Amino acid sequence: MAKEAIVRTIGVKKSFMLGKVPLHVLKGIDIEILKGEYISIMGPSGSGKTTLFNMIGGLDKPSEGKVYIDEVDIAQLDAYELAWLRCRKIGYIFQTFNLIPVMSALENVMLPMIFGGLSTDDARNKSRMLLESVGLGERVNHKPLELSGGQQQRVAIARALANDPAIILADEPTGNLDLKTGKEIINLLREMNKEKCVSIITATHDLKMLDVSDRVIWLRDGIIERVEDRENITIKVGEVEGE
Amino acid sequence: MAEQKKIEKQLSLPLKNAVQMSVRNMKVRFGRAIIITTSILLGIAFLTSVRAGNAFNMSLILNGPEEISSLLAVDIAEVNARQGWLVSLSLLVCIVGIINAMLMSVTERSKEIGTMKCLGALDKFIVELFLLESLAHGLIGSIAGAIIGVLTMTVVYLIQYGGLIFQIFPTVVIVKDVLFSILLGTFLAVVGALYPAYISAKMEPAEAIRREV
Repeated sequence: MAKEAIVRTIGVKKSFMLGKVPLHVLKGIDIEILKGEYISIMGPSGSGKTTLFNMIGGLDKPSEGKVYIDEVDIAQLDAYELAWLRCRKIGYIFQTFNLIPVMSALENVMLPMIFGGLSTDDARNKSRMLLESVGLGERVNHKPLELSGGQQQRVAIARALANDPAIILADEPTGNLDLKTGKEIINLLREMNKEKCVSIITATHDLKMLDVSDRVIWLRDGIIERVEDRENITIKVGEVEGE
Repeated sequence: MAEQKKIEKQLSLPLKNAVQMSVRNMKVRFGRAIIITTSILLGIAFLTSVRAGNAFNMSLILNGPEEISSLLAVDIAEVNARQGWLVSLSLLVCIVGIINAMLMSVTERSKEIGTMKCLGALDKFIVELFLLESLAHGLIGSIAGAIIGVLTMTVVYLIQYGGLIFQIFPTVVIVKDVLFSILLGTFLAVVGALYPAYISAKMEPAEAIRREV
């Protein structure tokens, strides 16, 4: 597999104005994420995880520096192209699942495909297939509130995969789930990552996530503290689980 | 290549799906839909009843017996002016009610809107959904309101003047009034939803999702 970079950030800085005082959340981030990689961004609360995450997802623009998604500088995109990027290139998974409550699981997964221009029939078939692949073939017609947290997150994963994106961004995907369900979701993400060769980027402080990540980026106070490869991490996980 | 990419980059929300989504939203938030529709219904019922009453009066003056028409023709101009004020005020209250209810609906659904934007919804899809919903409220409310207004006035005049009413029934004028009321009611409902729809469409997805209500 060719090692193409799917996401590249160059000197990304972001500051927010808190009244009259600028708050520098990100202080120059350079990362390169390859196609098919599974990346975890770790760091304490307030370290800028979510901000960086929004930047990579095209939900926010950097104050300084550049973010390239699939070699396209997102600062150059207009609203329409950004929406298209979100629709076709990026799948989002949230801590709070964020399914549309009035729609069934099937319709939730269909939604991005409808936006993407697929006909209702095609979207329905594909959506059914995706829900089956995440293990929810039996529950396609249930509303989100009739599903458990783990099942809702599975629907969200199916929805994120709807338009065959190149990247899946997962913001604390296991934050609202118990240990066992969280593990199942992580394994499912890993499976999808291998199967569909989609890059997965998670912002998390769930240490279970380390086990499956190809690389872990540690963030602290808006800068990258260190980047660790898989081999160096496994020992640490042992420690944590021993607690 | 560039050409091809342009074609691929289509985002769409077919009307059928949009209507489906709006209908579902109204079903789920039925209470709010009822409140908005009722507010339009009342405003339009008032407007239609006033206009129907005027139509009856005019018809009585023109075609009715002498003693009634001379009695009615006295201060019709002043009465009309006063009624005009009342109707305008009632419609104003009605439109403010719609804006308020729709704004609340936007706040309540900010997370949903943010999510849809993350999935690739354009601003105009969001506006479309809100306007469709409002269009439905407006149509249902003003049709019901117009019918209620005409019926009420017919009953009132029937009690006052008896069967004479049916001899001079101003059908053409009343049909025109009803159509006017329905158009106006629907228009007002859509206008009332414009600002809330604009606000919701302009929300940044990241922020909309983060917002807890």
